[in-house]
This record gives sequence, structure tokens and C-alpha cells, in this order.
Amino acid sequence: MSHASLFEYLLRLGDDRLILGHRLSEWCGHGPILEEDIALANTALDFIGQANLLLGLAGTVEGQGRDADALAYLRDATAFRNHPLVELPNGDYAFTMMRSFLFDAYDVQLTGALQRSSHGDLAGIAAKGFKEASYHVRHSGEWVLRFGDGTAESHRRAQEALDELWRWTGTLFMPDDFDRELAAAGVAPDLASLQAGWQAMVADVLARATLEVPRVVPLTGRGYRRGEHTEHLGHLLAEMQVLQRQHPGARW
Amino acid sequence: MVGVETGGGAEARRGGEPLDILRTVMDPEVPVLSIVDLGIVRGAEVNGDTVRVDITPTYSGCPAMRVIEEDVIAALKAAGYREVAVHTVFQPAWTTDWMTEEGRTRLREYGIAPPGRTDTATLIQIGRGTRRVACPFCGSQDTEVKSEFGSTACKSLHVCHACRQPFEHFKAI
Repeated sequence: MSHASLFEYLLRLGDDRLILGHRLSEWCGHGPILEEDIALANTALDFIGQANLLLGLAGTVEGQGRDADALAYLRDATAFRNHPLVELPNGDYAFTMMRSFLFDAYDVQLTGALQRSSHGDLAGIAAKGFKEASYHVRHSGEWVLRFGDGTAESHRRAQEALDELWRWTGTLFMPDDFDRELAAAGVAPDLASLQAGWQAMVADVLARATLEVPRVVPLTGRGYRRGEHTEHLGHLLAEMQVLQRQHPGARW
Repeated sequence: MVGVETGGGAEARRGGEPLDILRTVMDPEVPVLSIVDLGIVRGAEVNGDTVRVDITPTYSGCPAMRVIEEDVIAALKAAGYREVAVHTVFQPAWTTDWMTEEGRTRLREYGIAPPGRTDTATLIQIGRGTRRVACPFCGSQDTEVKSEFGSTACKSLHVCHACRQPFEHFKAI
């Protein structure tokens, strides 16, 4: 396994967390109730903390002197490797919680397996991430139950969110050459092997929430691995990076 | 422990063993708990008048880690250690099971329900959890979770139906 492959893999892991963490942080001060405002700020903090560790490790592996901040704040959209699922705008609370649930259920599988990575630092970061993913999915999953099995209006919104989001889940379990190289080295799990666990958890919660699994076929394009993102990522980065772009190296 | 005098300045100037000194360094967010009580000090190794301390984060995004690191260095330097190196370790991942009994008692007295034992088998129970936490004020089990998230990442919000008191709980993870 080459350093370049490990760097690429760590970027993928770190970028998913950075971008979803940023999206969740956008609810800070706008949550529907105080407890949820606090919950999403806490969850965002977990994800940004994980991103800090993973991108920090990526910078060390790369060996070009870039730290976590340089990777987070000084790359353009084409250099980001996150799944499109996490960059979509928040929408309403049903959309935000549904997206989180679909990701969190994936994250439980991924971090659960990564704890056994042959890469010691990555395994350690994942062990902590797994604990966090476990209560993230409890939180988002319970909102999916509440919305789906709630009022006619909350059910409608949850189903609409699911219908829109489902197509973006197709790339989560689709390995490419990098994933296969990392899996062969024991650093990363075989992505396809995680899918059954995700499907079981998602199907169980959706059924109890009286929601229907959409019939739409999920998208499987790998363009995002080459930096082809939805238009939404550029807008997100413009806001997230503005301070470091305008005042390079600013500290407080 | 039997002290062996190796003679000389640095040894004599020291204010105590590293772990004893670290027992005076408090968690900035829960100031009744020392970082030793919290279980985040994973090792302290003395070599001459330098000391290496291993700490592990509670949560990935814990904003207190940097403050804790600075406090550790300040406390040990004040006790006479010339050089202090603080390392962050990730394995094994911190668990509330490492919190000392003394720490749990102090938390309860402070009005925060201490963590129970972690149970990884039932960690992921979506919509099926009945996690009862004893009220730190009256001891009643007749309590309810109001929010899984509290004022800091490590706490959840509860209310006691017996004494009508809202309280925080240090989550078991």
C-alpha cells in the first residue's frame, strides 16, 4: 500500500466528517427546540473533532507540511473527497435527520470495522468514532421514528426526505481501486461487506417508522472521487473557508 | 512506597510523584473531577527531571483537551519538573468505566448522576431504550431522559419525577 493511497483514503474519511459536521453546525442557533439545537451542536463537534484527527493524520502521511487546518480550509471543492450525501443542504428538520440517519447507520458499520484496522492510529480514532456513531444513530434514528410514525404532516415530510436522499446512498458501499488496495492491506474493511448491516438497520427503522423504501435506483457515479461534486459543496466551502482565505494563517 | 534518594537538586525540588500532582489538575468543564478521576491519564513516566504524560481524549471533539494539556504542563513544572512532554494516545479508547469511585462520588455530590457501566451489547437501541438513571438528589429511579445531549458532549439531560428536579447525567460510553 502506498502513502498516496493511504492519504487518499484518510481524506475520504475526514472529508465526510468535516462536511457533515459543518452542515449540522449550520443548525446552531436555528434548532427547532433548544434540546435539538444543543444535540446538533454536540454531534457537529464530534464530527469536526474526528475530521481534525483524520485530516491531521492525512497531513502526516502526505509529508508535505500540510496540517488538518490547511487541508480543511485551503483546498478547493475539486480536491474534496466526501460523498455527495453529506454536502446536500440541510432542508427541513426531517431532511436533516433522515440524512444523518442514513449516514450514521453507515458510520456505525464503518467505524465498527475500522477499529480492527492494521493501522494503529486509524484503529484508535475509529474506536472513539464508533462510540460516537452509536449515539448519533440512536438520536437520528429516533427522530426518523418520531417523524415517520408521527402526524400526517411529519410522515409526509419524512417520506419526501427519504425519497430525495435515497439516490445519494448508492456510493456508500461501492469500492474503487483505492478501497480494494486498502482492504487488501488490512487498513480498511471490504466496503461491500458492510452493506448488509446497514440495510438491516435502515430497513428495521424505516419499517417501524411506517416509511416506504423508495423504488428509485441509487446513483453510483464515482465522479465525486475525482472532485466532481454537486453545486452545493462550493457554497458550503465559501462560507466555511472565508476567514482563512481572507486572512491566511489567522489564529485566535 | 519506599523512597530511594538518588541525591541531587531536581529530585529534592519536586513537589511529589506525577500522578499525585495530576490529581490536582481539574477537568475544566466538570471542575470537581480531576483528570486522574476522569481516567484520561494513561501513564506518567519520569526520567531524571523530565516527565512524559500520556492522556487520551474523552470525545473526538472535546474542546477541553488543549486546556488540559496546558494545565498538566503548568502543574508539573510548578512541582519542579524541568521538562514536561504531553502525548495524546488513542488506543484503547477512553471509556467512562475508567472513572474512579471517588470521582463518581464527587460527581453525585455535585448534582451530576455518575455513569453506569457501559454495555456495548445494548449500545445501539433505536427507539427501544429504557435507560433509567438514578436521581443524584433524591436517589429515585423514577426519572426520564429529556435529551441525550447536554451542556457538554459528555452529559445528557434528565428530570426526576419524584423530587421534580432536572439534572444532568454523565453518559456511559
